[in-house]
Amino acid sequence: MKLESKIPKGPLSEKWTSHKFNMKLVNPANKRKYKVLVVGTGLAGASAASTLAELGYQVEAFSYHESPRRAHSIAAQGGINAAKNYPGDGDSIYRLFYDTIKGGDYRSREANVYRLAEVSNNIIDQCVAQGIPFARDYGGLLDNRSFGGAQVSRTFYARGQTGQQLLLGAYSSLIRQMNTGKVKFHPRTELQDIVMIDGEAKGIIIRDLVTGEISSHAGDAVVLATGGYGNVFFLSTNAMASNGSAAYRAYKKGALFANPCFTQIHPTCIPVASGFQSKLTLMSESLRNDGRIWVPKKKGDNRAPLDIPEDERDYYLERLYPAFGNLVPRDVASRRAKEMCDKGHGVGSTKLAVYLDFADVIQRNGKNWVADKYGNLFDMYEEITGENPYKTPMRIFPAVHYTMGGLWVDYNLMSNLPGLYVLGEANFSDHGANRLGASALMQGLADGYFILPYTIADYLARTKAGKVNTSLPEFGKSENAVKENIRKLLSVNGKQTVDEIHKKLGQIMWEKVGMARNKADLENAIVEIPKLRKEFWADVRVPGSEDTMNTELEKAGRLADFLDMAELMARDALMRNESCGGHFREEFQTEENEAMRNDDEFTFVAAWEHTGDDSPPQMHKEDLVFENVQLTTRSYK
Amino acid sequence: MKVTVKIWRQKDSRSKGSFQTYPVDNISEEMSFFEMLDMLNESLVKQGEKPVAFDHDCREGICGTCGMFINGRAHGPISGITTCQLHMRRFNDGDTIVVEPWRAKAFPVIQDLVVDRTSFDRIMLSGGYISINSGGAPDANAIPISKISADIAMDGASCIGCGACVATCKNSSAMLFVSAKVSQFAVLPQGQVERKERVQNMVTSMDEEGFGNCTNTYACEAECPKEISVAHIARMNREFLKANLSG
Ligand SMILES: Cc1cc2nc3c(=O)[nH]c(=O)nc-3n(C[C@H](O)[C@H](O)[C@H](O)COP(=O)(O)OP(=O)(O)OC[C@H]3O[C@@H](n4cnc5c(N)ncnc54)[C@H](O)[C@@H]3O)c2cc1C
Ligand code: SF4
Ligand code: FES
Repeated sequence: MKLESKIPKGPLSEKWTSHKFNMKLVNPANKRKYKVLVVGTGLAGASAASTLAELGYQVEAFSYHESPRRAHSIAAQGGINAAKNYPGDGDSIYRLFYDTIKGGDYRSREANVYRLAEVSNNIIDQCVAQGIPFARDYGGLLDNRSFGGAQVSRTFYARGQTGQQLLLGAYSSLIRQMNTGKVKFHPRTELQDIVMIDGEAKGIIIRDLVTGEISSHAGDAVVLATGGYGNVFFLSTNAMASNGSAAYRAYKKGALFANPCFTQIHPTCIPVASGFQSKLTLMSESLRNDGRIWVPKKKGDNRAPLDIPEDERDYYLERLYPAFGNLVPRDVASRRAKEMCDKGHGVGSTKLAVYLDFADVIQRNGKNWVADKYGNLFDMYEEITGENPYKTPMRIFPAVHYTMGGLWVDYNLMSNLPGLYVLGEANFSDHGANRLGASALMQGLADGYFILPYTIADYLARTKAGKVNTSLPEFGKSENAVKENIRKLLSVNGKQTVDEIHKKLGQIMWEKVGMARNKADLENAIVEIPKLRKEFWADVRVPGSEDTMNTELEKAGRLADFLDMAELMARDALMRNESCGGHFREEFQTEENEAMRNDDEFTFVAAWEHTGDDSPPQMHKEDLVFENVQLTTRSYK
Repeated sequence: MKVTVKIWRQKDSRSKGSFQTYPVDNISEEMSFFEMLDMLNESLVKQGEKPVAFDHDCREGICGTCGMFINGRAHGPISGITTCQLHMRRFNDGDTIVVEPWRAKAFPVIQDLVVDRTSFDRIMLSGGYISINSGGAPDANAIPISKISADIAMDGASCIGCGACVATCKNSSAMLFVSAKVSQFAVLPQGQVERKERVQNMVTSMDEEGFGNCTNTYACEAECPKEISVAHIARMNREFLKANLSG
């Protein structure tokens, strides 16, 4: 299979403009004849669905949530990047592009990333026009802050609730189109399968989560904006229901899965407290603007943090990386925290934590200043841990947060299956091996508001509107397969709960396919995961029936897919004999424990093809070509 | 810790529900209230019973998905947080905890503690937006907005749409929820063009959905996990009056 990235020719800064000019258009009068099915209404899906409807297409949107406003995007705290250069500190589109490429450890496409930086400014304009109350200074202008991996202030924010405000903005655009009838929204419906007609994606099968009904929906194109698969680890910062099933079921229908092993572990999360922990809570990266990370210099030091004098503390990020200090990229900060704990400097009862200390800034600017900026995060921390971070440093530890991997897409955001588009965290496109903070919101909205609405026309213009309907046999066949799968899950009637097995999977993944990986562990994971999968299908217990709301059945379906995806992740990690970004292979590191890339052999996207349930997946390579930036070893010193 | 939970169980919207009582043992203080429910559900599943259905997703107080009455209070005994943020250290060993769904005509029960709040979406649909298409927006800094207005707008915009205000109100009024959105746009320059129709349409829609009238008991403000102020209701009343007076 030859992967065509469809990157337009010409100079980097002109590619997107000339591409927009060269693409086919759908005549305005014809747009209403085309129907687009949008699955997922988080930032990426809601922005895409509303924009497509504004342009005149018919849209049907689906989400397992009760309302689009509940999507996982709502939880993003810190902010969204844009190259506005309002603070006048030397930012530019090129700098945002460069930081993102470098932050991703040179494993993403130049052209995509440049386009992302280019449209970033439109996003901020759009959001302000929607009435999103971003933070402002006393002069009434927009305020910015800094995030990891950047030396300029380019992050726009709305208190600690930026994702919420952006999602409510996209939601408002979407309901406006629902009000005009151009978007039909199906709440509490979960995608079960993609239907392919003559090799093109033309429909989906969904399950109504309230009635259990399975139904078919036909359209002229299908858009997946279904988020990331971090919950394969069981514990992550993702919302409880976030899952990889939509992407995985597309993969089983022939869509390629790219760089599945690229996972982001976020450095600042509240550490695990009990065996019954159900999820991990992020403390926004923005805290690293003002908080200082340290551990005791002495191993196994059990004194309370306030009893440890200044000269017995190791502010290790400031020591190791004087230029970026506490604001190094996430992968670096996470790995160093793990290393400190592995060496015996960890703090708290489990010794799996480091301190994030605000004493200096409180002394410098006062408690009110800190409360104004981070108040809700501090409250959240106290509610969870019972400790007051104004008085004692926070304890933090890395946790799974984001998946850079996802379905392979070309420059137009179309997968290798014609008619199937993938947006937001669900695709693999822009973040390479490590995503910079405040860039996921930017990418989701760029994809939905400003990219897909153009690129999808190029496909639709070449197809006849309304070509398929649900009476075609492919739909019935697919519905039957879905029902069969559900019956199978309900009939195992074993002894273990879904969560028990999911926790076991999480354990394997965290230990062997987590923050630091090696060949032996990965090989072992590739044996262990299929064993656990067998155990699941022989011993899971899913009570209840398929014809009502059945939350255990929902979870079981998602776990079944995670059990497959986990193996793919391990295989990808084993194949990639280098360390890059969030993918750290212990065998490939410098003397100073920094990631060691192997550009000669691994400057490519690994796109995996499903070849059958009993045969290993096949890898295809898309070589990454760098014409504008030079591949250097990332240095944040 | 050991507690007894008395939970509302209801098969579906057509069935009649009732309370069921379950003991839950081996709880640790650090556990969240939902982790305690997870534990209960694990044991129910193992016995082949259907677990208690409850809505939740982010488990960090922002998605607005969770919500239940705990010992007679919306989102439980602690003010200013959602149910998912509640931790077991707030309870005592041996407590009996009574758990019920939101009860309001406009929020029918789907199963157990899960209710249907799509009526909120329909109110929003009637006017909770600024009519602007993607692309073509002016530069974000073209209109300065005072920090005070931006902060008031943000206070209103913080609403997570959980429905506690409705559930706790004896009239099942949605005034706090609706006014938070009306307020957000009323204080911003971007919201001015549709200011009049917005408040009229949203209030009409709220009435049509079967939410009750506001009699200023302020129970909503007391139970709102985001501490949305009733000052927004006052602002909305003024907006509504002004809109109607100007015809
Ligand atoms: C705690 C936290 C904080 C974050 N903070 C930031 C930040 O400050 N800045 C930043 O840039 N990024 C941040 N991120 C990352 C960012 O929030 C996400 O990557 C981004 O919001 C994903 O958006 P999305 O639209 O792709 O997917 P989501 O918001 O996850 O939406 C997925 C949608 O798909 C639907 N869906 C999924 N599967 C199915 C199915 N099978 N059937 C039907 N519907 C389905 C869901 O219902 C939902 O509507 C944060 C992430 C977390 C976890
Ligand atoms: S106003 Fe408060 S209680 Fe009411 S829906 Fe909004 S956040 Fe919930
Ligand atoms: S689960 Fe999201 S607010 Fe409680």
